[in-house]
Amino acid sequence: MPSFVIPEKCDGCKALDKTACQHICPNDLMVLDKETMKAYNRDVAMCWECYNCVKICPTQAIEVRGYADFIPMGASATPMRSTDSILWTVKFRNGTIKRFKFPVRTTPEGAAAPDGGYETKIDLDSPALFTEPASLGLPEVFTLKN
Amino acid sequence: MANFETVVVETDLLILGGGMAACGAAVEAAYWAKQNGLKVTLVDKAAVDRSGAVAMGLSAINQYVGLRDGKNTVKDYVDYVRNDLMGITREDLVANIARHVDSTVHLFEKWGLPIWKDENGDYVHEGRWQLMINGESYKVVVAEAAKNALLQNGVGQVFERVFIVGPLMDGDRCAGAVGFSVRENMFYVFKARATLAAMGGAVHVFKPRSSGEGMGRAWYPPWNSGSSAYFTIKAGAEMTCQEVRFIPVRFKDAYGPVGAWFLMFKSRATNAMGGDYMVERKPELEKWAPYGRVKPIPANLRNYLGMLDVMEGKGPSTCAPRKPLERSPTPTRMPRRPTRRR
Repeated sequence: MPSFVIPEKCDGCKALDKTACQHICPNDLMVLDKETMKAYNRDVAMCWECYNCVKICPTQAIEVRGYADFIPMGASATPMRSTDSILWTVKFRNGTIKRFKFPVRTTPEGAAAPDGGYETKIDLDSPALFTEPASLGLPEVFTLKN
Repeated sequence: MANFETVVVETDLLILGGGMAACGAAVEAAYWAKQNGLKVTLVDKAAVDRSGAVAMGLSAINQYVGLRDGKNTVKDYVDYVRNDLMGITREDLVANIARHVDSTVHLFEKWGLPIWKDENGDYVHEGRWQLMINGESYKVVVAEAAKNALLQNGVGQVFERVFIVGPLMDGDRCAGAVGFSVRENMFYVFKARATLAAMGGAVHVFKPRSSGEGMGRAWYPPWNSGSSAYFTIKAGAEMTCQEVRFIPVRFKDAYGPVGAWFLMFKSRATNAMGGDYMVERKPELEKWAPYGRVKPIPANLRNYLGMLDVMEGKGPSTCAPRKPLERSPTPTRMPRRPTRRR
């Protein structure tokens, strides 16, 4: 079941070049209706419920109608993603609300250094890849020795 | 018909796709390109931060050998795969992946992927070869390393929202690719000395086994439109393994991967009659010896036993832990706040 936009909450990301949900949807499903300035999911059958539009929406205007087996009618699962963690608010049909918080990364945003701090001392003729063997934690890359 | 502008991009290495494979290739290629004065260009039809099959994140890493801890060897992994695939495997390729995969996992961790650790600081294993992660931003973290690798030292360029439609051929040689922007009226011609096709698999070829409300719901992403297969066929590549199709067994009330359910939560499957096909159909395994006798039982044989139940009208099967979990397997502690790099 797809994501859907709550029109009252959507502001079409105002004057931005394109909406946040348009920018992020892996299947290019989110589009902006230029007349109403509201975004919508144009092909609900092709939605994977990946929640990326939900997480990126600056006005929390997008929700997912989950499959009834894990989100039965009246229940909901709503994410709030920050730079280092994600908070899920799970509402059950009996009114119970539970919140689950998980880390999403251990480094500051933008700080992923490609070499991970490992030194590379090999050339192209070596079986080792970039950062190996240091990143393996071994003195050398495994090879079959005759 | 809109008037499309044609943009020609020349590069040394052209990486088509922006998923986990393409991002890994970008990190590797950027290092060697920098040393040799070459240019690398990556083309993604979506936004690299959230593209491909890991766009929504994952809860586990399904291959980690643990060579540095001495717990497993490359040979152990090859033996496991040979048994699991009942002898039909390319052991050289499996060994090659096994000898390199740990360094990739270690890099993921350095880049910022939270991997579960136990009290001793060792990785928490879901199974012998699997690690548990807090992987909501798995792809974001890997994409970030790839973009940093390409953009920070000036070796590369990244194109987003450009859909590749086919190879650019120079006789028998693939000399790049052509595609169009899904945002602007732009047609792209990428000319390259080498081209890497990593545009994902093909979903929706077969009807998923999901029923009811989940009808048509696919495990792998619906945006994997078969571009890699089309591209490589058009470029003259030999297609192999096309007889392999992957349609996972469905459990009632579960559509997704069940690795964590069986490995982590020690679940058992129960059919509609209350039976356990792993127990009731055990004699069937003898017919598939020697592979029916190995431990762990090959995944396809386990699935086959479940399918025999379904074909006899004993479905649907449920999948649940044998006993309630004594404590949450999820670490509730947040990692310490990272210190900003100075």
